[in-house]
Amino acid sequence: MAVVVILVLLAAGSVLFHLLSPWWWTPIASNWNYIDNTLIITFWITGVVFVAVVLFMAYCVFRFRHRPGNRAAYEPENTKLESWLAAGTTLGVAAMLTPGLFVWHQFVTVPDGAGQVEVVGQQWLWSFRLPGADGKLGTSETRDISPENSLGLNRNDAAALDDIVIEGGELHLEIGKPVKMLLRSVDVLHDFYVPEFRAKMDMVPGMVTYFWLTPTRTGTFEVLCAELCGVGHPQMRGTVVVDSPEDYQTWLASQQTFSQLMAKAQTKETAQAGNAAPAR
Amino acid sequence: MVDIRSGTDGALGHAEVEDVELYHPHSWWTRYVFSQDAKIIAVQYASTAIAIGMVALVLSWLMRLQLGFPGQFAFIDAERYYQFITMHGMIMVIYLLTALFLGGFGNYLIPLMLGARDMVFPYANMLSYWLYLLAVLVLVSSFFAPGGPTGAGWTLYPPQAVLSGTPGGKDWGILLMLSSLILFIIGFTMGGLNYVVTVLQGRARGMTLMRMPLTIWGIFTATVMALLAFPALFVACVMMMFDRVLGTSFFMPAIVEMGEQLQHGGGSPILFQHLFWFFGHPEVYIVALPAFGIVSDLISTHARKNIFGYRMMVWAIVVIGALSFVVWAHHMYVSGMNPYFGFFFATTTLIIAVPTALKVYNWVLTLWRGDIHLNLPMLFALGFIVTFVNGGLTGLFLGNVVVDVPLSDTMFVVAHFHMVMGVAPILVIFGAIYHWYPKVTGRMLNEAMGQLHFWVTFVGAYLIFFPMHYLGLIGVPRRYYEMGETAFVPASAHTLNEFITIVALIVGAVQIVFLFNLVWSIRHGRDAGGNPWRATTLEWQTPETPPRHGNWGKELPVVYRWAYDYSVPGAPEDFIPQNQPGPDNLTRETAT
Amino acid sequence: MSVTLIFLAVIAAIAGWWLSQQRMLSKPWLEVGQHHDTRPQGPRPIEPAKIGLGVFLAVVGALFTLFISAYFMRMASTDWWSTPMPKLLWLNTAVLASGSLMLHAAKVSAERHRDDASRTALIAALALGLAFLVGQVFAWRELTDAGYLLTGNAANSFFYMITGMHGLHIIGGLIALSRTILATRKDPIDAKATLSITLCATYWHFMLAVWIVLFALFSGWANDFIDLCRQILT
Repeated sequence: MAVVVILVLLAAGSVLFHLLSPWWWTPIASNWNYIDNTLIITFWITGVVFVAVVLFMAYCVFRFRHRPGNRAAYEPENTKLESWLAAGTTLGVAAMLTPGLFVWHQFVTVPDGAGQVEVVGQQWLWSFRLPGADGKLGTSETRDISPENSLGLNRNDAAALDDIVIEGGELHLEIGKPVKMLLRSVDVLHDFYVPEFRAKMDMVPGMVTYFWLTPTRTGTFEVLCAELCGVGHPQMRGTVVVDSPEDYQTWLASQQTFSQLMAKAQTKETAQAGNAAPAR
Repeated sequence: MVDIRSGTDGALGHAEVEDVELYHPHSWWTRYVFSQDAKIIAVQYASTAIAIGMVALVLSWLMRLQLGFPGQFAFIDAERYYQFITMHGMIMVIYLLTALFLGGFGNYLIPLMLGARDMVFPYANMLSYWLYLLAVLVLVSSFFAPGGPTGAGWTLYPPQAVLSGTPGGKDWGILLMLSSLILFIIGFTMGGLNYVVTVLQGRARGMTLMRMPLTIWGIFTATVMALLAFPALFVACVMMMFDRVLGTSFFMPAIVEMGEQLQHGGGSPILFQHLFWFFGHPEVYIVALPAFGIVSDLISTHARKNIFGYRMMVWAIVVIGALSFVVWAHHMYVSGMNPYFGFFFATTTLIIAVPTALKVYNWVLTLWRGDIHLNLPMLFALGFIVTFVNGGLTGLFLGNVVVDVPLSDTMFVVAHFHMVMGVAPILVIFGAIYHWYPKVTGRMLNEAMGQLHFWVTFVGAYLIFFPMHYLGLIGVPRRYYEMGETAFVPASAHTLNEFITIVALIVGAVQIVFLFNLVWSIRHGRDAGGNPWRATTLEWQTPETPPRHGNWGKELPVVYRWAYDYSVPGAPEDFIPQNQPGPDNLTRETAT
Repeated sequence: MSVTLIFLAVIAAIAGWWLSQQRMLSKPWLEVGQHHDTRPQGPRPIEPAKIGLGVFLAVVGALFTLFISAYFMRMASTDWWSTPMPKLLWLNTAVLASGSLMLHAAKVSAERHRDDASRTALIAALALGLAFLVGQVFAWRELTDAGYLLTGNAANSFFYMITGMHGLHIIGGLIALSRTILATRKDPIDAKATLSITLCATYWHFMLAVWIVLFALFSGWANDFIDLCRQILT
């Protein structure tokens, strides 16, 4: 009988835990509330099935537990019942899959006119790049990475020179503006993960991956890495700030372009060379 | 790969060979150590698997200590933590679950349940175990190697697995891991050929496929899948070994590691993931299908009722086995592969839920109007259904591509796969051990210790993994050595982590009671007799218990009926063994 | 992975065909008695070793198919330059094929109880197998001398790795073949030794087939086939 009690408690406890526990997802800050909705549908369907199966089991154990003189019924199969169950299950599965596939179609279809932001992962640091005045990201190559050109931008590409480069700093996004996140890694797999955005995607060295979102709430959000990338994995943090349009423009104006960074590095180099000369 | 046909020299003939003398070993060494008797090999496999599984259990304690009480245990630094999770995962999936279900239960049950004297290639079967043991030793040796074992996570994703930012990446760790896996696969192939060919060729007279117990169906299908899926892991291991040792660029693109340009270029990390999961997803079912089969037999026997919808159960096993080869990329929805693959793989993944759900329905419908004896195997079977249903349903979240996006790589995934392919199959293993121990030793396991073991394990495991889903829902990522101060993680989540750790320690500790029970009952257990559960299948009808080498004495059994003649109307007893010819005049049509 | 999926589809078709003979739709609870077992009732319907070899070859087939799948997937990268085929490989192919023929001859002779002819053919097959391996090593040296090193390009890496894997399987086959030759030394060649010869022959034919597929792959004839696959996929 203990089994029956425990099974009932377990089903009821799980439901109560789901309803009463303080642990739920973070308030959303992007357009992907569709994902949340699909998740809710899934919770409902699977929750009902779970409770039904466990309670049915508990009832069976209670009602048909062994008592002296009992004998089990003889029923090899019941094709009709099995067909109904199969049909019902198929229906439930379809009810979860169909909205899922629709939302996935949205997820992989970047809207026209979305802005572009490049995120570059390396052990264990986030860097970002925004297109400059020309609105285009220049080409880049892992082979071109050097201490002064840490993202490996192509110096001979005019589109790259005006790109805004943020090494290890904060990324700002403009509220309400769809943006395509282009993801790149220079060493191992990483994953650009902001829980409030819901969307995430691995960053793979040797290729550019992407996802898109529209920020819907201003605020400061933490970036985490969600793909094991070595011992520093949990320390690989960054910050994304969603700004109002005015704040965004102010921030943007204070950032440095690739050519400015290069010029700075060059003057530093010459200065160092100048300092080093007398010592020799 | 090794040529396995050398075993054919020692091949036994068809199961009907009557020369029992052939099967008598001559010395203590060939009887108990280098034995070619599948039953001894089964015990060897099972003991080794449980021993290495205990190592993995201790590793899980250590990682839970770090997660529950971060910073309190100075010796668990980040490197060690990643080494612990990697070894824990790999040992549990490959060296415990796969080896125990196929090498352990497969070896013991296939010949006995099918009425054969032994496996068809006993020599290759013996080699299979010794290669498995060697693989385990190589794996364990990595704990003592310079740099320690690999900390790449059990998925071993390159480039990270072979770079210096990962423990063991530039030391011995990853090499020993890859070598161990290669040895395991070669060894498994030798065993796997045996299991498949014995089912094909070794069945007793009258044992048609549709009379086989579901245990055999599960193990057989899983073995076929493993034979076809393990080569993918083999290929991935060999290619990674080339990249690491010889400097090729199969998986290695151009990389700047800590400011230094590496000599690789053009390789594809995603290629590794495809190969890995082409093995890795069938692997889930390689573990699950034997559990499905075994639990069907446990439920049927202890509810004294035939398994409901036997035909559907068989078809479902075959369909699940086939479908599981076309769902692998659902582990890769956010890997950066072509996103349009998501449509295909989400659909196939959710289709597989239908035959799986039918199996669940048929288990609970077997309970309906049964005569349920709440013996220990039955309790574990009930525990399995609860945890499997729970873990299976959360699989619908992760299989549905868009829902997977926020949940992937969070603790939700950890909770899901532990529930569905950790706790659930291990409950079946426990149930199966309580069920078949009397046949292996002739004695029953102690009931009181068993009850304690069941309740703490089942309730405890549920308390560990059910709330863990909600950590993932908050957004806590998996494989984090420490969360540190993170704005979106509330302080209460840390309390939950402490709770989970404490329960995990208790659940782990109670396994010691189980191990003690296993040893204690060999001498002190109640005498079991030949068929303590009054079961129908052939292994309970052997002339001696424990069965001797050759299993069946002079005469091989002949099979007259299916494996589930329980509570047949009009029969004097509530079970009719498969090898009993009559009575034939019973009403067989059902009301429906 | 399309190549692997095609291979698995073939395996699935064989499995499906076999299952369709097993009365999978019957209702086993209605069938009591012995006459429902339709298997041929002889002492040895088919040798288990033959079935075992068949299953093993399916595993080996899966292994090479996966290597080929990996080859195609890696080929999509931009840094791929095909490796030229040493002319020697044509000779090696001929040597391997003659080995296969010799084993077939050995099998036929053993079945017709022409024991000496069988023994000679076996020795010839062993020698041809060794010659093939030596030839492969020379082909490797020719390539490395021409500057196509293992790490030079992924195509080279695949060439050395896959031919090496094929060579290991040939070595395994040669060990089994040597044991078979020892088993045939006693007079006359008995049924067990004949079985060994048959198994060796099957294995050799299979490894020849694998080699021909690999040859087609490396020399680029398979490219047309890949293009076809790509078209089907897109």
